[in-house]
Amino acid sequence: MTAAFWTVAETARQIATGQITASRLVDATLARIATVDRELGAFLDVDEAGARATAHELDRKRTAGEPLGPLAGVPIALKDNLVTKGIPTTAGSQILVGWIPPYDATVVEKLRAAGAVIVGKTNLDEFGMGSSTERSSFKQTRNPWDASRVPGGSSGGSAAAVAAGLCAASLGTDTGGSIRQPAAFTGVVGLKPTYGRVSRWGVVAFASSLDQVGPLARTVADAALLLEVISGHDPRDATSLAAPVPRYTAALAGGVAGLKVGLPREFFDGHGSGTIDADVRAALDRTIAMLRDQGAELVEVSLPHTPLALAAYYIVAPAEASSNLARYDGVRYGKRAEASDLLDLYRKTRGAGFGPEVKRRIMLGTYALRSGYYDAYYKKAQQVRALIKRDFEQAFTQVDVLLTPTTPTAAFRFGAKATPLDMYLGDIFTLSCNLAGLPGLSVPCGLTSEGLPIGAQLLGKPLDEATLLRVGAVIEREVGLGDRRPGAIA
Amino acid sequence: MTRTVAELLEVWEPVIGLEVHVQLATKTKAFSASAVGFGEPPNSLTDPVVLGLPGSLPVFNAAALELALRLGIATGSQIRTRSRFARKHYFYPDQPKGYQISQYDEPLCEHGHVDLILGCAVKRVRLTRIHLEEDAGKNTHVGAVSHVDLNRAGVPLVEVVSEPELTSAEEAAEFMRSLHRLVRWIEISEADMEKGQLRCDANVSIRPRGDHRLGTRTELKNINSFRHVQNAIDHEIARQLRIVSAGGQIERETRLWDAEAGQSASLRSKEEANDYRYFPDPDLPPLVVDSAMMANILRALPELPAARFERYQRMHGISPDDARTLVSDRSFAEYFDAACAAHPGEGSGRTIANWMLTELLGALNAEAKQLSQARMSPGMLSALVGLVENGTISGKIGKEIFAECYATGDPPLAIVLRRGVQQISDEGVLREIVERVVTAHPKQAEGFAAGKDGLFGFFVGAVMKETQGRANPILTSDLLHKRLGR
Repeated sequence: MTAAFWTVAETARQIATGQITASRLVDATLARIATVDRELGAFLDVDEAGARATAHELDRKRTAGEPLGPLAGVPIALKDNLVTKGIPTTAGSQILVGWIPPYDATVVEKLRAAGAVIVGKTNLDEFGMGSSTERSSFKQTRNPWDASRVPGGSSGGSAAAVAAGLCAASLGTDTGGSIRQPAAFTGVVGLKPTYGRVSRWGVVAFASSLDQVGPLARTVADAALLLEVISGHDPRDATSLAAPVPRYTAALAGGVAGLKVGLPREFFDGHGSGTIDADVRAALDRTIAMLRDQGAELVEVSLPHTPLALAAYYIVAPAEASSNLARYDGVRYGKRAEASDLLDLYRKTRGAGFGPEVKRRIMLGTYALRSGYYDAYYKKAQQVRALIKRDFEQAFTQVDVLLTPTTPTAAFRFGAKATPLDMYLGDIFTLSCNLAGLPGLSVPCGLTSEGLPIGAQLLGKPLDEATLLRVGAVIEREVGLGDRRPGAIA
Repeated sequence: MTRTVAELLEVWEPVIGLEVHVQLATKTKAFSASAVGFGEPPNSLTDPVVLGLPGSLPVFNAAALELALRLGIATGSQIRTRSRFARKHYFYPDQPKGYQISQYDEPLCEHGHVDLILGCAVKRVRLTRIHLEEDAGKNTHVGAVSHVDLNRAGVPLVEVVSEPELTSAEEAAEFMRSLHRLVRWIEISEADMEKGQLRCDANVSIRPRGDHRLGTRTELKNINSFRHVQNAIDHEIARQLRIVSAGGQIERETRLWDAEAGQSASLRSKEEANDYRYFPDPDLPPLVVDSAMMANILRALPELPAARFERYQRMHGISPDDARTLVSDRSFAEYFDAACAAHPGEGSGRTIANWMLTELLGALNAEAKQLSQARMSPGMLSALVGLVENGTISGKIGKEIFAECYATGDPPLAIVLRRGVQQISDEGVLREIVERVVTAHPKQAEGFAAGKDGLFGFFVGAVMKETQGRANPILTSDLLHKRLGR
């Protein structure tokens, strides 16, 4: 059915004008999920009753002539590390099985207030720790472009659901690339906002100083609309920024004439970046040429500390994770193991509840924070972080936006990353953005010879999401996927 | 040969440092809007933050900062304009997040001091630091089942850490009393020890007298009253003295004080000590204190106990004992200062203090009442002292007026006029009475003239009887001497 691939704006317009009722759209969406998701595996939980109730209420409002929000009736999926009142929230982990949150995340409140219909919770790498969604403790999520390949991660379920038309858009979280990388792998738009732009209240924490919620959508305009809805200061998050929220949707049409687009040398030359796949490189070259044709000025810049980013990230993120995950002790919520005493309770609950990747990172982080090692690891990593941030500040004195590949390769096959380090290296282009707290956008910019989507990444100045979206809109229009839809699962 | 503790203390010097936790009297918790209370149903004072639910985030309660700063300024501490919260990790069911939000290498206050009033002198005890943190919940164990109550979890605390420079259990107890008085004085905590609003851990070591290095210390936990502070530390000093005098060595360990049993037991050794894995809490931005905030707090800060203790002696010539009593509670000191301020004459502080401490506090104590419940205002006490001083009434009548004023709250002058008990100081009137009394008792007059000194009191009594006690005693005495010829 066509409605499955309507844009967010189109969906909201169809509902507002009564072309289709919210209830009918929800029924169609749920039916499509029931068929497609059996093979796709994007959802961990589909909230049929909740979605129908919301839609019913929207239809009543529309009939009564009450005002409808900008997302009225739009089916939205949420990564399952976003806390939802009354809907199970697992963060992809066995340890949270059975927990029904008593509250909504701020982003969920905002979506609901805008009229969105929450259709369900999507699969992810456990606690967001992974880049393929293979680390989910529940199920595999496939890439709708090629069922033998991963959708990326950790927001793999959210990306696959959008790509396969199981919802109009979704929210993910991005700690080191977890929105942008799966967006690139599944041919959708993924935006990681500036740190603090979107509230983290109700986001199951992985690494507090890096985590940020953002939209995954089929168009840049949809991403802009969602960002507009979920952004803003939140008194419940002390790291949230007070800056007013601009009309991101109004900033899309500007074009790139006269804009300075930086190409960070270190992201292209293999230093600390590994090898870029030839098809990815070619797609980036076409994008660069196109932007020049459109009137942008392409400037080579240097971010000299880029080769240190991966190492710094894998100190900071696990250190914070080891602390954030200390609360899962089986005492108050989630799974509790049968145990003989307190120590036994901790050992068994955490031993059985966490998967191997989570345990690996807890061990890494615990090691890094040990008494006497803090200076050598966490503090040093934070110093590197400051240098990386300064690199970006320096670059942004010369250019308005940076362009890089989102990932070195297109989506890989299940099991292709044999060691954790192989997996970590795939995030080489995305994680410095989180370390610096900057906004990053991944936009499809073509397909590989095997027909897999390729993502172009735009990195911007703090709070300059508008410029990213503006450039992204040009890439989408000129070298985007157009009407090409994933064919493997539908 | 076994030596007594007293003998051993001639050779060994105890060194004590205290870590005192003070709950700050905020309405809501340190990092959430959850209410603070005592005696509520278990886990009723909680919210997602207090419960450590996934996705919850701490936001610092600025009211706690204001209270902590008051203590920082009152102790003369250096205030860090940019301090940080840190996470202190340990697993225990009373700690819902698996870490406590505290401060580590960037505490709010450093290098302050608490002034102890010991006898006539003020002893200054230096503070290492004062930092902000959150309280933990409470576990109770019923048979094989443990219950967790998180009502107390997240209540804001300051931890006050003294330098190891207290040298006896008495001094340590006095430190606690002084800190208790101070935090109540500046109104940052009720500091009710029975409610756990003031709690103390003590680090105790001993060293040969004259030695400047510190010995191996033990940490005593769970000391929750002034008496326990003294008992627990005395007990620990004696325990350590026994060990070293038997040739043993003190082990670095944490010990738990059992007040009922009057003894301590090892909780964990140094090897078992937690590695708290401190790091700056990434959920909380640096805590910034601006100079306007500091200036406002400084301006509103009352004169502190030690300063008043010294001023009362200096300005009013009050004895150290009375001065100590006057500063034992802020309400005493303020009553006293108000009475002095209302008094027209100077140099009456001692008299006012006497009346206040003996008569007023005596009467209140007899009824188990607080000073704030007294009907007699500082102005009334001042007026009463004035009436005695200017001779309107005698000291003896003064006590009667006091009693009525205390009971009714009526102004002393009104009571004096109503009762008609003004002192008779008119020489002419008194001379007539003296004449009448002496004439009426010729035998006694002769006896006195012959040297029976004791009879003088008889005549004074007779004059007082004639005047219902209103005769000015000094003038009466003068006139009697003149009339009786010696």
